[in-house]
Amino acid sequence: MATDVVVAVLMIGGALMSLAAGIGLARFPDLLSRMHAATKPQVLGLLLFLLALAVENGTWLLVPVLVLCWVFQLLTSPVSAHMVGRAGYRTRHLRRDLLTLDELDDVVARAAAGEAEAHESPQPDPAAGTPAIGGPVPVDPAVVDPAAPRAPGGTGRRARRDRA
Amino acid sequence: MTVVMYVVGGILAVALAFALFRAVRGPSILDRVLALDVVLAIIGAALVVNMVANRHLDNLVLLVTISLIGFIGSVTVARFVTDRK
Repeated sequence: MATDVVVAVLMIGGALMSLAAGIGLARFPDLLSRMHAATKPQVLGLLLFLLALAVENGTWLLVPVLVLCWVFQLLTSPVSAHMVGRAGYRTRHLRRDLLTLDELDDVVARAAAGEAEAHESPQPDPAAGTPAIGGPVPVDPAVVDPAAPRAPGGTGRRARRDRA
Repeated sequence: MTVVMYVVGGILAVALAFALFRAVRGPSILDRVLALDVVLAIIGAALVVNMVANRHLDNLVLLVTISLIGFIGSVTVARFVTDRK
């Protein structure tokens, strides 16, 4: 009887987590705030349901399997949330007027500024080297050049996407 | 206990309806991925409800598989999402 009550409470709690996620998904205005709502049934709801299952069965043999299941979910859901959030930030699927603080914006701006500096400063270096040594100079920029634009190329695309 | 099962099933059905509404309506593909992740979580919850109601443990493998599918699906879609809206 007591286990029945515990199981009932745990399962209704888990179901309410799912309901909260559903309402949040339907009502929230923004991808990031919807992500905030969507994580409830994935972690806490699953935990409550697995606890209900364990209490209902009453055997310790079941516990390692349930812990494995929950830990697996616990490891994978932050990774997928990170990927979705990053893709959403880069493709500007967020409402900036709803943000109180955007720490990543400063980082992106600083990276873009530093990249612009780094893009300009290597230019004088080979030019300064050119008069000193006549022969091997055409070789040196050819070696340096493919490496230099490639490294900023990745961040450059990212920064341009954010700025546009 | 049967009443509790029906209540939990009803709550899960309402949550599933909201999540599917967002999956259909969602302005971007990321919203749809998020909504389908929640749909998978609700399906997992329904599997546990089935196990508790019928007193068996056949669905535990499905539970792990569903979380794996949700992870792979959302990571893949988020990796290849592009800038066009």
